[in-house]
Amino acid sequence: MFETRRSPGPTVRIAFDGAPLDVAPGQSVAAALLTAGVGATRRTPDSGAPRAPYCMIGVCFDCLVVIDGQSNRQACMVTVRDGMRVESQAGASNIAP
Amino acid sequence: MTVAYDIAVIGAGPAGMAAAATADGLGLATVLIDEQAAPGGQIYRNIEGAPLADRAVLGADYEAGAALAGALRGSGVDYLDTTTVWRVTPENEIGVTRAGAARLISAKHIVLATGALERPMPLPGWTLPGVMTAGAAQVMLKSAAAVAPGAVFAGCGPLLYLIVGQYLRAGAPIAALIDTTPRTNIWRAAPLLPRALAAGNYLAKGLAMMRDIRRAGVRVIRGVDGLAALGEGHLRAVGYSRGGRRATIETEHLFLHQGIVANVNLAMAAGCAHHWDARQLGWRPACDGWGRSSVDGVSIAGDGAGIGGAQVAELDGRLAALDAACRLGRIEAAERDRRAAPLHAARRRDLRIRPFLEALYRPADDQRVPLADDVIVCRCEDVTAGDIRAALALGCPGPNQLKAFTRCGMGPCQGRLCGPTVTELIAAERGVPVADVGYYRLRPPVKPVTLGELAGTAPSGDTPGGA
Amino acid sequence: MTRYDAAVVGGGMIGSAIAYGLARRGLATVMLDEGDVAFRAARGNFGLVWVQGKGADAPAYAHWTRRSSDLWPALDAELAEATGVATGYARRGGVEICLSQDEFDTLAAELERLRVATNGEFSYAMHDRAGLGQYVPGLGAGVVGGSYSVLDGHVNPLALLRALHAGFLARGGIYRPGSRVSRISHQQPGFEIAGDGETVAAERVVLAAGLGNRALAPFVGLVAPVFPLRGEILVTEKLAPFLEVATLNLRQTVEGGCLIGASHDEAGFDDRSTGAAMAAIAGRAVTAFPALADVQIVRSWGALRVMTRDDLPIYAQSPRCPGAFVVCGHSGVTLAAAHVTLLADWIADGTLPGEVAAFGAERFDVRDAS
Repeated sequence: MFETRRSPGPTVRIAFDGAPLDVAPGQSVAAALLTAGVGATRRTPDSGAPRAPYCMIGVCFDCLVVIDGQSNRQACMVTVRDGMRVESQAGASNIAP
Repeated sequence: MTVAYDIAVIGAGPAGMAAAATADGLGLATVLIDEQAAPGGQIYRNIEGAPLADRAVLGADYEAGAALAGALRGSGVDYLDTTTVWRVTPENEIGVTRAGAARLISAKHIVLATGALERPMPLPGWTLPGVMTAGAAQVMLKSAAAVAPGAVFAGCGPLLYLIVGQYLRAGAPIAALIDTTPRTNIWRAAPLLPRALAAGNYLAKGLAMMRDIRRAGVRVIRGVDGLAALGEGHLRAVGYSRGGRRATIETEHLFLHQGIVANVNLAMAAGCAHHWDARQLGWRPACDGWGRSSVDGVSIAGDGAGIGGAQVAELDGRLAALDAACRLGRIEAAERDRRAAPLHAARRRDLRIRPFLEALYRPADDQRVPLADDVIVCRCEDVTAGDIRAALALGCPGPNQLKAFTRCGMGPCQGRLCGPTVTELIAAERGVPVADVGYYRLRPPVKPVTLGELAGTAPSGDTPGGA
Repeated sequence: MTRYDAAVVGGGMIGSAIAYGLARRGLATVMLDEGDVAFRAARGNFGLVWVQGKGADAPAYAHWTRRSSDLWPALDAELAEATGVATGYARRGGVEICLSQDEFDTLAAELERLRVATNGEFSYAMHDRAGLGQYVPGLGAGVVGGSYSVLDGHVNPLALLRALHAGFLARGGIYRPGSRVSRISHQQPGFEIAGDGETVAAERVVLAAGLGNRALAPFVGLVAPVFPLRGEILVTEKLAPFLEVATLNLRQTVEGGCLIGASHDEAGFDDRSTGAAMAAIAGRAVTAFPALADVQIVRSWGALRVMTRDDLPIYAQSPRCPGAFVVCGHSGVTLAAAHVTLLADWIADGTLPGEVAAFGAERFDVRDAS
């Protein structure tokens, strides 16, 4: 588990798979989730294998999550925002036709 | 629809920041485009506001980025942060998206400064949650002040020792450092040492890092075989063989590193010619001494042109900007050369360490090309080394036919995490030089863009219903 | 020098289908192919096994297309059995979506001509947007309507290519990549085919080199006036299944991603992606399927179709050099079944089937060859 060395300060509230998380502002969704102890953040469309952020710099695309209803967002490239809804991505994304 | 600049710089790492500030100082209308929220690239990530209570943890070199960021902020550069570049056209138009809207930016000259990424280190279980790169550990430290106590670090190369040193200064316990540097490298590197000594204090810094690691009593394990990440659903332990005996270290975090390679996707999709660098074990663009690529109007600066380090990147950026200013008629060639002379000299000096470092930290062949068939090579599409070997047995001549037959390289990362492995695997299986194998044919969008955003880049007046 | 029963020049969709067909007939066959980087229309295929709209003004082509479409299920089953490769073939009907009344009227007229030309064998129905909705969900307000034909299907063209290659090797075929052919000489009897690094001898030679056929055909006394027509495709992220039928410009693959086209640009031998085509393709897709506006494009490709001015394929055997054949066209996927069976039989036995007489080289004015 990641531990933070940050001095306590203001937080923003995001939701991950419905559960509320109070996280420090100004960091990526991926960093926030990992610091909060989240393990897998998606399952691959083909094999259903669990995946989590790997490179944290936007090149591996393993950290794909659903953010505010939009799928396939790179969690490491999006900054947390108060009220943000994050969901783990299970398989292929659903579009409502 | 298009906004026109004299020069567009893509990437706000040391090369990009230096290029943009220099260009602006020479009177060029300059735009700097970067996908992060703040400047710094990777090496100087979060330089303007790392949340660590004690920034000394990150080391003195990190602070050099502050001057560059300051110069950028104080300049007249149009700095577009949180903006993703997805294409560069032959007409020097740059497709960008920001906040869900896409547009085109045109510039007379483009400097690509997209930096580097870590060479993949495919081993059994490397796709498990809990396995990340050493660079990812650094990002967690720099942007979230977070460490993973009890982690295992594995691989070779200066960046690995750097992050271990940063963890030590942060007081985070380290389960082990598994150093996979081949023992024989020292013999290959030794002849290059005299030249390396002329490169300033790189070596001294490196030796200091190793000394600190030894003094801190970090468990360092060398001479291992069969490195593997073990666990179901999440990493639980790291396994390895040593002296014929199998051992495991329990941990929930494994940070891997075996060097960095140029991030070539945007340059390749823009049509720039590349070649395989057998010493750096990666693809790099063909550039002249000013960073000019094979595409007229496009220069490449920094690690994206070939690994040279942060100081060389800064020099590359300045040189590319000077050259662009000359090309655009803003300064005479003689003026450009006069200003560039000390930069070229500093660059030559800083590069002297490279052959030594490349030889000393050259990763083992079997760490770059997995021996076991069940190791995943293409993470995006779950394609294993065995799948690739089976397709090669059908006579696939190279990575593009391989991609067609196996989907390897078809995922959203567009080969960033599998390309170098695939190139070397094909060379090994076919018994041909790596340089002859070739690489994936890359096309825009180099980063995903939505259909709606793309549709929005049509010239106004085009109706979607038109034939 | 090994002497083969047949040498096929070109390892694309047409070359590999014919090579597989010949090997299947027991002929000792070598397939000569270029290297990894080549124009390769076979790697830029959309994947339709399409009957509607083909040959409205050329009954022989309509008939030939229908023949191949009907042979497709057997080819798919045979390839699955012989190679274990699942091509993803499905025949659940096809839709062409119209975004204006003009498009609708033009399409309706064309399909009616096709129905008449095939004496009613080809069937279709035109629908308004509501009617089309029974086949295709989520159509946008900008859709006027479109056509539906039960005869259409789609396949994963890359899986098909892999299956044909694997099937060819399994039947004892010899594959030589990196052997770009530069010269063919008629040995009377037989041929010597010179490629990079090696020359092979064969009793028969089949030129299936796509755009390369233009330069090679004269070696055997034939002409192949083909020219490149660029097409670009966008590929989306993987989506949960939502589209069963194939549409002309958008289909969902078995893996979940959608392929979206289409463009037609005479741009010479430039197969690079263009912003204009990408934006136009995206615009039509979003108009037809508004729910796709937020879906990401993860890659694109472009390829050069192998076109003739009359849109028909070229199947020619050389009178001057018996045993030499030219085969090329732009519908290598739809016609794959006919190529594996009927065409390969023609080449093996030397008898041109009457149904393809309309596609010979005699129809070209010699001036076309330049």
